[in-house]
Amino acid sequence: MKTYDVAELAVRNLRESLLRNSLTTVGISVGVASLVAMLSLGIGLQQLAGRRLQKSGLFDTVVVTSRRDLRNFSREQDDSGPSPAESPALDETARQKIERLPSVLEAYPDIRFVAELRFADKPHLTTIAGLPFSSKNNDAFDGMQGSFFSSETAAEMIVQKSFAEQLLGRITKPGADEPGVAELAKPLLGQMVTIRYPERTASPAQKDSNDASGYSVVSREQTVKIVGVCDLDPDSMRGAARARVFLPLKLAEGMHVMQPSDLRDTSNIIGGAPTYTTVQVRVKSPANVPSVEDTIKKMGFNTFSIVDATHSLRQFFAVLDLFLGIFGSLALAVASIGIINTLVMAILERRREIGIMKAIGASDVDVKGLFFAEAGAMGIFGGFAGVALGWTIGRIINIGTNIYLKRQHFPPEQIWFVPWWLVLGAIGFSIGVSLLSGLYPASRAARLDPVQALRYE
Amino acid sequence: MSLATGGHPSTDRTAIRTENLCRHYRMGEAVIRAVDGISIQIPSGEFVALLGTSGSGKSSLLNLIAGLDRPTSGAVVVHGNNLASFSRQELAKHRLRTVGMVFQSFNLIPSMTLLENVELPMRFAEVERSQREPLAQQALDRVGLAARLRHRPTELSGGEQQRAALARALINQPQLLLADEPTGNLDSHTGTEIMNFIREFNQSLGMTVVMVTHERALAERYAQRMIFLADGKLANESAVAP
Repeated sequence: MKTYDVAELAVRNLRESLLRNSLTTVGISVGVASLVAMLSLGIGLQQLAGRRLQKSGLFDTVVVTSRRDLRNFSREQDDSGPSPAESPALDETARQKIERLPSVLEAYPDIRFVAELRFADKPHLTTIAGLPFSSKNNDAFDGMQGSFFSSETAAEMIVQKSFAEQLLGRITKPGADEPGVAELAKPLLGQMVTIRYPERTASPAQKDSNDASGYSVVSREQTVKIVGVCDLDPDSMRGAARARVFLPLKLAEGMHVMQPSDLRDTSNIIGGAPTYTTVQVRVKSPANVPSVEDTIKKMGFNTFSIVDATHSLRQFFAVLDLFLGIFGSLALAVASIGIINTLVMAILERRREIGIMKAIGASDVDVKGLFFAEAGAMGIFGGFAGVALGWTIGRIINIGTNIYLKRQHFPPEQIWFVPWWLVLGAIGFSIGVSLLSGLYPASRAARLDPVQALRYE
Repeated sequence: MSLATGGHPSTDRTAIRTENLCRHYRMGEAVIRAVDGISIQIPSGEFVALLGTSGSGKSSLLNLIAGLDRPTSGAVVVHGNNLASFSRQELAKHRLRTVGMVFQSFNLIPSMTLLENVELPMRFAEVERSQREPLAQQALDRVGLAARLRHRPTELSGGEQQRAALARALINQPQLLLADEPTGNLDSHTGTEIMNFIREFNQSLGMTVVMVTHERALAERYAQRMIFLADGKLANESAVAP
């Protein structure tokens, strides 16, 4: 029998026992829906975590230090690349070279210094860091009061919430409710703060040469305007060295604040241009981190990244998705028993019909194909309906979650995502399970003895 | 596939030949000998009636000739092919191409219209969709059911259902028409109508007809030869005077 005849007869037969076949198809669609809903939530959560990590800037960043530096992020001795004595200096030339590497978005020096800030005639000592303009998308600035820097060189600063409390002289007692960022930002935004810092200037002898080993340190002041107060800590990765005040990177660079590496330059017998303590390298995606790290190591620098954490995270979500998929599939497994039951019942009901078909020339293959097609058709209908149902369930869960998040004063999140491969996969899986369930009834129908079947009333 | 065993010599005009054909069933400890060593020969184009009492083996013999059942032993040769050596697939092909069957209880599929019922063997024969409907219409027209194409079997009388069954049996142009008590569920007038159709097909198309019946009068009126069975054995054979 031709395929379209098999399909046509299968659909006709399904229509004959509409209620029973519809209920079986609903069973399949519930199974598929549960699979789709579970996996779409797993994928959505994975993507949410991925977006958060991407925005945090932790997983797409490689921190580069010089091998000449005594500090080394790696506890084990890294044998790749040149030895510390032969390694190049981490200076502007090296930074530019790193920035030109494939998959590197930007490489910027880590400008970080301790300085005194004067606000309302009171001195406050804290660590200040330069922030590249690309940090604007960092999730630490989500919900920030005020705005990000207006330009890369603007005399503006963003303060972290805890330092804002310090500036305002607010001390939160243990157990008491912390003041909100909006409350702290109100008196601070637009206020001017004076930073007093040590500037490194070229010594008279150095001015005519490229020798960085001699310089002068002069106390300078820079007045900046508070433009933002942020809740989260954009520098949390730094631990004890984290800054609580942030300036635009170009402004911070232009201030020529004396850096820890400058002191080392005085003992540098070779001399040369000023060097950076650390260069932060931002890559296109966490997947690029290992290759970029390797290349930079071969250039003779030490590197550090927390890309291993992303592997663990991926592994966690792979296991989570697997379990969600298994739980989702359980409903489909139950539905497959429904298919077997429906088809076996159909064989009993249509025993005489099978006998007639065989008597007028249907082969075993024709009869088997017919029952197989009926199982497949239920799988197709159930698959499509299930995907639609699963999509709806996921959407409802997402809407419900966002209502809850809104009540808790959190921004809305997309915790549910149905990729096209899941749609196709779920429909394919549904058809596959249905065909598998149809195997036994189909071969049982094909094996029916036509003489016995024709005697059946 | 082709096998001509010993015994009666077969000729080119032989449509059906059975040789020491047996079909035994086991029912618990007992062995039922439904067909027990029957040897017959039916030439092409002959109209043969199988007669006997209930349980004499008429329908069992017909099922063996139709390829619906397999012999326990012996040979059933149809147009030179021994069905005993056929695979299940080959037997299905035999039922599709060589044989047309008519039953006492009509055996139309109730969920299908007459047109769909008559089209069904053509679906199994993989006849193009575009050709099927005109051929089925033509066949139903021939048995006087042109106005009933879209009716379901339950909406028709017994005679009309049997006429539709005849149209279905002939749709793939078989060489044999096997009829198992075709008038058993019909009144005498309708029965005569059906038998006239069968005789017409036998005479105009040259089809070999084997009809099972227990009505001797009917057999004498329409068949050319009567074969009597008793307890699964060949009891008697007699030609009917023209």
